Amino acid sequence: MQHTLEQFFRALRAADVRVSPAEAIDASRAVAVTGYGDRTLFRDALCSTLAKSAEEVDRFETVFDTFFARDALAPPPQGSERDAPSEQDMAAVESSPLAKAVLEGDNAQIQQSMEEAAARAGVADIRLTTQRSRLTRRLLEEMGLEEIEKIIANARRMPNGEGDGLADRLDQARRDLFAEAQQYVARQHDLYAAGSARELREERLARKQLNADGGVDPVDYQLMQALVKKMAKRLAAKYSRRRRAAQKGHLDVRKTLRRSMAHGGVPFQIEWKVKKIDRPSIVAICDVSKSVAAAAQFLLTFLYSLNEVVDRMEAFAFSGRMISVTEILEENGVDGAILKVLQEIGFQQTDYGRSLQDFAEQHLDSLDRRTTVIFLGDGRSNFADPRLDIMRTIHDRARAVIWLNPEPESYWGQGDSVMNRYARFCHVAKQCGTIEQLERIIEDVLRSYVPH
Amino acid sequence: MTISPPAAAANAADPLASVDALIEGLGSVGYISSRRIATALFMAVKLEKPILVEGSAGVGKTELALSTAKLLGLPLIRMQCYEGLDESKALYEWKYGKQLLYTQILKDRMGETLADAPDMDGAMERLHGMGDLFFSEPFLEPRPLMKALREDDGCVLLIDEVDKSDEAFEAFLLEVLSAYQVSVPELGVIAAKTPPLVFLTSNNVRDLGDALKRRCLHLHIPLPEAALEERIVATRVPGIEAKLTRELVAFVQTLRTLDLRKSPSISETVDWARALVLLHADSLSPDMVRDTLNVILKFEQDIGAIEPQVVELLHRH
Repeated sequence: MQHTLEQFFRALRAADVRVSPAEAIDASRAVAVTGYGDRTLFRDALCSTLAKSAEEVDRFETVFDTFFARDALAPPPQGSERDAPSEQDMAAVESSPLAKAVLEGDNAQIQQSMEEAAARAGVADIRLTTQRSRLTRRLLEEMGLEEIEKIIANARRMPNGEGDGLADRLDQARRDLFAEAQQYVARQHDLYAAGSARELREERLARKQLNADGGVDPVDYQLMQALVKKMAKRLAAKYSRRRRAAQKGHLDVRKTLRRSMAHGGVPFQIEWKVKKIDRPSIVAICDVSKSVAAAAQFLLTFLYSLNEVVDRMEAFAFSGRMISVTEILEENGVDGAILKVLQEIGFQQTDYGRSLQDFAEQHLDSLDRRTTVIFLGDGRSNFADPRLDIMRTIHDRARAVIWLNPEPESYWGQGDSVMNRYARFCHVAKQCGTIEQLERIIEDVLRSYVPH
Repeated sequence: MTISPPAAAANAADPLASVDALIEGLGSVGYISSRRIATALFMAVKLEKPILVEGSAGVGKTELALSTAKLLGLPLIRMQCYEGLDESKALYEWKYGKQLLYTQILKDRMGETLADAPDMDGAMERLHGMGDLFFSEPFLEPRPLMKALREDDGCVLLIDEVDKSDEAFEAFLLEVLSAYQVSVPELGVIAAKTPPLVFLTSNNVRDLGDALKRRCLHLHIPLPEAALEERIVATRVPGIEAKLTRELVAFVQTLRTLDLRKSPSISETVDWARALVLLHADSLSPDMVRDTLNVILKFEQDIGAIEPQVVELLHRH
């Protein structure tokens, strides 16, 4: 049974429920207390030791149900002439324990031999969908299907069709077994291979160009959004730790002495210098026009996640004009917020000059030497006046200006791109075409340009 | 902070014999638990592991700890977490005032004590001996965690809303939770004779660290199904009509399917039931619901959104 538990842990890990050795030991101890008799008790005990969040509980239950699914084999057809196998038949199948079990209708025995055969065939090592048919074949071989086939052939050769009854029966059993084995392997695939396939897909998605033609596959969209959120969360965790670490300071002699006055000059209460932390303030400005349409959704998703993470952040979006979207981001769920922003100003002709002017007129005051400005856009101005003067003002006022462009650097300045000219007023101007790049850059930004 | 042990419920059977016995035992002290809750608690006791209870506000996380203490007849030590909570408030502190007082007394006696010292080294030696006295048990002010470890017959330790504390404190908890011991630099390691039964509750204000989660059993208490909630209401609000219970639980269950800022949880249902009993209601009428809506909904917007729909919602079931 220990082996079964180990397999179960592996299946859980494949389903993204983290099971550490310590937890595995706990689970084994829990099982030792509950025993295997009561399925619900067994499940709940394992669940409380292994799944550590509400989402993990859901995943745990799915895996548990699949893993411990032992839908009984279809009962052997109760034909009229075959109440019990005849002596003669039993003698014919003497050489094959499997055939014997089939004839006797001993399902438990068949189940068990399938489990054993699966272990020998290495079914649990399945990684890819394409391995399924091969492993099914191997599984049946290990169970001793060949023997049965031989017996069937022998029975068919018997004179006067004497062996036909037996042969038909075994033939049927063979088909059932085949279906059963197929199902078994499919289940193993779901348990062990599903996770690795998803990891592969996530990895590929992280490197996919956001502004690639046709954008992101709708199928991948959900996954990608989850990925963006995961990354934002990771950044937040890292970043907030830094901030807290900065709080410990040195001994504050002046304060300590002042406090000690109350105790006759004995410094009982020691005061520490506390570093005053400037709350980071970020102004993020996101292009949602036609030219960046494919990337816009992800830039906005990231903006949204960042907004949840960073305490003081103002977000703007623009295409023809610029509007503040901080409120929209705060009041709606991520999908709703993105949809709303896109509805309001999405996919119009870009006008960088006009948008910058909007910003200058209404929000320039919010910039000071502690503000970091992040632009997310392609810098394609449709040949309108790029208003470099406003860009210069922003540059002069803010602590840092960072421009993330989904286009590769070689395109900057070509056609209607004024990226080269804007880049002069940026502290950092970088390509960020994939989610991976986005994460790396934002991390740099948080580290170097946001005051601690 | 310590609540003295109430008279242990006179249970003929050992409530820790099996999960079913535990469900029954909890029921006898007024906590109607689902099988899953009881199993997690059962495992926590058997494996001597802390149990991390998650779930939205008002589903009975704290109540579970209170009821368990009552059931087992153990004292309950409660520690409320908040941002900035540190060791000196959670574990121990030195009694500075007392130390100061002793210093003053010592100052006066200093000359006498040191008068017969043969030389400077001898006097120093004696002074060192005195110094250690200041950091000994009599000057120690135990805080909840320390108190829990020093309860020789065991206790229930409730670390409430651990997600509100900061990460540094969470890391500090690790030693307490895995080994049931703490190290005080001046005194050495203090270990519990009987490990306390530890409940940690979390509202998911922030994600707890993996290290902490790994040391705990996990229990997520969801909002209950109608049947369970009816039983809870019936237990908590004695004298309520069965018809009213059924109606109000159905109404609350309907509310939970709607998009509200704060869905009513069990505590709100129970409060509402109490309010309705006080108003001598024996069934729900639209007017009655409208008048008491503020008991179950805690946001102005929610009340505004539900008020016009009351009649329709009442007829839905």
